Parts: sequence; structure tokens; C-alpha cells
Amino acid sequence: MTTATVSGNEFRKTLRSIHIPPVYFFLILVFIAGGLLDQFFADGQIFKNQAIMLNIAVRSVALGIVAVGQSLVIIGAGIDLSVAYTISITAVMSSYIMQGKTENVPLAILGVFAIGALIGLVNGLTVTKLHVNPFIATLGTSLIIKGIINATFSNYTGSVPESFQYFGYGTIGPVPVSIIILLLVVLGGWFLLARTKFGSHLYGVGGNAEVARLSGVRTDRVLIGAYVICSMTAVLAGLFLVSQMQSGAPWVGPNGVYDLNSIATTVIGGTALSGGKGGVWGTLGGVLIFGVLETVFNQLGVNPYLKTVLQGAIIVLAVASYTIRSKKEAA
Amino acid sequence: MTTSAITSPGGFSQILRSTWGWIKKIPPVYPIFFIIFIVLGLLNPNKYQTMNGAMTFLRTASPLAVLAIGEMFVLALGGFDLSVGAIVTFVVLVSSKLLANDPANAYPAILIMLGFGILIGLVNGLVVSYLKVPSFIATLGMMLLVRGGALYWVGGAPQGYLTDNWRAFGRNYIENVPLFGRIPYALIILIVIGILSYFIFHRAHFGKQILAIGDNVRASQLSGVRIRLVRVITFIICSVFAIIGGVMIGGYGGVNVTIGEGLEMQAIAACVVGGVLLGGSKGSVPNAIFGAFTLQAIVNLLNLLGLPKPYTDAVQGLIIIAAVAYAALSTRKKL
Repeated sequence: MTTATVSGNEFRKTLRSIHIPPVYFFLILVFIAGGLLDQFFADGQIFKNQAIMLNIAVRSVALGIVAVGQSLVIIGAGIDLSVAYTISITAVMSSYIMQGKTENVPLAILGVFAIGALIGLVNGLTVTKLHVNPFIATLGTSLIIKGIINATFSNYTGSVPESFQYFGYGTIGPVPVSIIILLLVVLGGWFLLARTKFGSHLYGVGGNAEVARLSGVRTDRVLIGAYVICSMTAVLAGLFLVSQMQSGAPWVGPNGVYDLNSIATTVIGGTALSGGKGGVWGTLGGVLIFGVLETVFNQLGVNPYLKTVLQGAIIVLAVASYTIRSKKEAA
Repeated sequence: MTTSAITSPGGFSQILRSTWGWIKKIPPVYPIFFIIFIVLGLLNPNKYQTMNGAMTFLRTASPLAVLAIGEMFVLALGGFDLSVGAIVTFVVLVSSKLLANDPANAYPAILIMLGFGILIGLVNGLVVSYLKVPSFIATLGMMLLVRGGALYWVGGAPQGYLTDNWRAFGRNYIENVPLFGRIPYALIILIVIGILSYFIFHRAHFGKQILAIGDNVRASQLSGVRIRLVRVITFIICSVFAIIGGVMIGGYGGVNVTIGEGLEMQAIAACVVGGVLLGGSKGSVPNAIFGAFTLQAIVNLLNLLGLPKPYTDAVQGLIIIAAVAYAALSTRKKL
């Protein structure tokens, strides 16, 4: 009996020492609950079929990539509402430049990353130099990009060559390329946050910008960096989506609600909206919850509107599951 | 001594200076609005220089102003309410079903809607207060819940139309009013709500408590403010105003599944143009109203200039950023 408790304690200790974000317990809970519901009310594919797991991951790629960038910005006590339209402008511009020709691919990729960098720079400069609240600054840039693309493109524009579709559909062995890219982005985000000076400075700026500034951190540069990285991740997500759709359309970003969804998954993952706390692994967990829910709802054939209702409730419950214990009042 | 030397030679410079001081205190939203409105008047004198045209403008601008007042309460508290737009969609879709094309159902339907408004606000407030979920996420969840719920209830498409007596609040005028010609119902609703909110926010303890919570939750808690109660009531105010705004918008615009889309952002933008700080502790009812009027005037101006809708979005984005940058500049100078 004593040995059992000791090993239990040991187990807990090791669990603590690797810092699994609590969101993963919620993820497992959602997965098991969804799988059981599927067992009883549908054909039970979720537990039986390996392909479904892969499918959940592939579904999560676009949102996962943006959410990593969003996490960085939110850790810096910012927020980026312009990612949805950054995705849209990437999708239309890249497929417009490519026009179905492989030789145009490098130019297109370079072009959209340049646009992304510009958007991130504008966001960052507006927030840091003009002292505009990030919510409003990025809402403003979002409206500006929306206006520009809706005025120029109405629907599907151009197309991507077959070679580029490798990003969306290709596999290395049994693993889809897109999943590897998602993991690389998450690893990159983790490395930036946990192993570089930029990361520690970002936590500092998010926690208390004034203290960080007085301690010699160039707060403006750090924040601008975070916004640029966030826009870059949105561009990458846009490239992934366009390679799947084969032709870009201006509604891709807003249709996927990537702005609010990336914020929601980040917060579900345990990153505080007030900044200074969190990480990308939690965000990945939040994104996977969205993926699992989507798959479960599809399996069960849930009415699409009811799906929205349940998604709303689950977002709140997931965040509530650990905010409820906090002694601080929320705002 | 030097000051007396400067001021004594004549009251004129002093008057000038005090007037300048008084002018400087005017929030920038008023001059911006009046400049835009004068430009509108110069470009289209037939419409905007007549009382009739002004009333038509106020009819279109009033619903957003009502939403903005509600949002202002929550922003002053330091929170967000993202469910406003979804509530507008909810009002329009569910009312079209409840009415069942029978005018006799109009007033009961509106009462039921107000009941839903209280319920939605109550849940928002309780989730933020007791589950401690940040209001951004709580109301984002509520937005999905309300929108999905409305669409599920009506089966994805509007059921029937909105009866004329239901639509009167947003669409009709009181005719033959001396001096004004005709006054839209929407404006009267806005004035009533504006005065009511003014007293709640600027004259009653409740408003001070909201501002105190927005400034420092812990300090206001320690000084005896019942923060959870205040917060719940504030969210209820916002949702109920969103319902009222929804009735006005539905009356004006008719049944449409996407009618409320993006209105929460518009309402927040209107507040911000009116000088409300995100993050709490600052707000004003008249400024929020004129923020909404300014946004609507900008839309009308761009339409008048013949710019297509997409450019309107872009210019609105620029103006919102500029307005906040300007406000940030003036507050920083004080520090």
C-alpha cells in the first residue's frame, strides 16, 4: 500500500516536472467523451480508425499555425485581430501571382511574406509608437486589408500549380507534410519563447511593460517583433489553405474565423489575455480540442447551428475549468 | 507678479485664454462629427441641410448609438462584450418566427426579446464574475451560443417577415411635429435611453462604481463596492440595449441572417472614437453617442463620394486608428 502511494507521488512529481499544460487533460476528456458518444450513437470510427486521428491533426494545421503567432502576441499583452484578413490576402495574392505555374511559386511566396511582414510592422508600429490600443489597431488594419481585397478580388482568383499542392496534400511516409510544418512552427514558437532572449523579453513586456523598459528591455522592438512573427504565421496558414483549395478567395480567412478562434484557442491553452504568462504547447492543446470537436460533431452528424452553440459553450467551459480556481477577479 | 502683469492689461487675453482652455476640454469627437456633417451638407445640400434629411440621418445612426451606449458601460468596467452583434441577429431572426406574420404578436415578441436580453446579460455577468472567465472569452462564447441558437431555432433561414408595427420602432416617424417636421421613433428611443444612461452613468453611484472597478478591481472591492453585482448588472444593461438596438435595426433593415455581423466591433469602434478607453476607467454616454454618429456620418460621406463599400471599410479602419492615436497622444501629453 505504501509503495503504491509512493509511486503515485513519484508519478505526480514527474508529471509536475514536465509541466503538462492543464488543457491536455481537458483535451483527453473531450476526446474520450466524444469517442464514447460516437461509440453509442454513430459508427464508432473515432476509437477504431487510425485515419481519424490524422484527420484531426490535419484539420488543426491552419488554425494551429496562426494560433502560435497569436500566442506570442498575447503573451506580449497584445492581441491581433488582423490575422483572418492576412490569411485572405495571402490566399488571393499567392494564387494570383502563381497563376498555376510552378516557376512563379518562389516569387509568390516571397511576395506574400513581404506583405505579411508589412502588416505586422504596421500593427507593431501603430501599437508601440502611436500608442493605439492593440485591439483597435489590429481591428483597423483588419478593416483596411478587408477593404483592399474586397475591392480588388471578388471570388476565386488565379490558381496554384500542382507542385505547390504538396504543402496541403503531400506526405512523407505516412505523415502529412502539413502536420510536420505545424509541429515545426510550434517547436519554433516554443524555442523562441523558452530559449531566446527575445522570448524572455516578451514575457517581461507582457507582464509589466514599464518594469521591462526600466530594466533595459527595448520593449517596442520586442512587441513589433511579436506582431511581425504573428503576421508571418498567418501568411504561412494562408499558404497552406490556398494549397488545399487550389485557388485563393477573399473569404477564406473570415469564413474560418481565424481571428477569434486563434485567440480562443490561445486562451484555452492557458495563456492569459493580460499577457506575461503562457506558452505555445498549451495553445496546441487548445487547437486540438477544436479539431476533436469538429470531428466528433461530424461523426455524430450534429446540426451545424447546434455545433456553433456547443462550440461556444465548450470554449467558455474550457477556460472556466482553470480560471474558476483563480483568486483574481476577471475583467 | 508676472502673471498679474500679463493678465492685468486687459480682460481680453484672459477671456481668450479661458475660452481656449474651455475649447481644449471639448472631446475631439464633436468637432470631427460637425466637420464631417458640414462637408455632407456642402456636398448634398438637398439632403443634409434640411431638417428632414437630418432626421433621416438620425434614424440610421440611432441604432448603432444605442448599441454603443451599452458597449460603453462594459468597456468602462474594463471588459468587452462581443455578443452584441449576435444578439441583433437573434432579435431579428427569432422575432420573425415569434411574430408568425401576425401583427398582434409584435409587443409580446418584443417583451420576450427583452427577457432574453436580461438572461443573456445575466449569464455573461455570472460567467465573468463567478467562473472568472475573461469577458472577451465569455462573450465570445456567448456570441457563438446566441448566433447558433437563433439559427437553430429558426432552422437556418428567416421564417416569415417582420410585421409593420414591429418595424415601426426602427422605420417610422412621428409626422407633423412643429419645428422638426417629423421625428423618427428611433431618435426618441435613443434620447430616452441616452438620458437614462446619463443618469445611471454620470449621476448615480452605480456609474462611479463601474468606473472604480474599471480602474482598479481590488481597490474598489476593498472600499466596499459589490463588484460582482455591479458587473452582472452592467452586462445586463449591455445585452438589453443590444436587444433594443436589434429591434431598431430589424425595423430599419428587415430580416437578414447576417444583419448583426460585425456590429460588436462597430459599437466598440464608436465608443473608442468617442474617447472611451479600452481597459476601463473612462467613458461618457454623450461621447459614445456622438462616436456612433461620427461612424455613420463617415459611411454616408464615403457613399456620397461614390466609393464602393469595400473602400468604406478601409477608410473606416484608418479613421478608427487615427482617432485612437490622437486620443492617446493627448492623454500622454498630460502625463
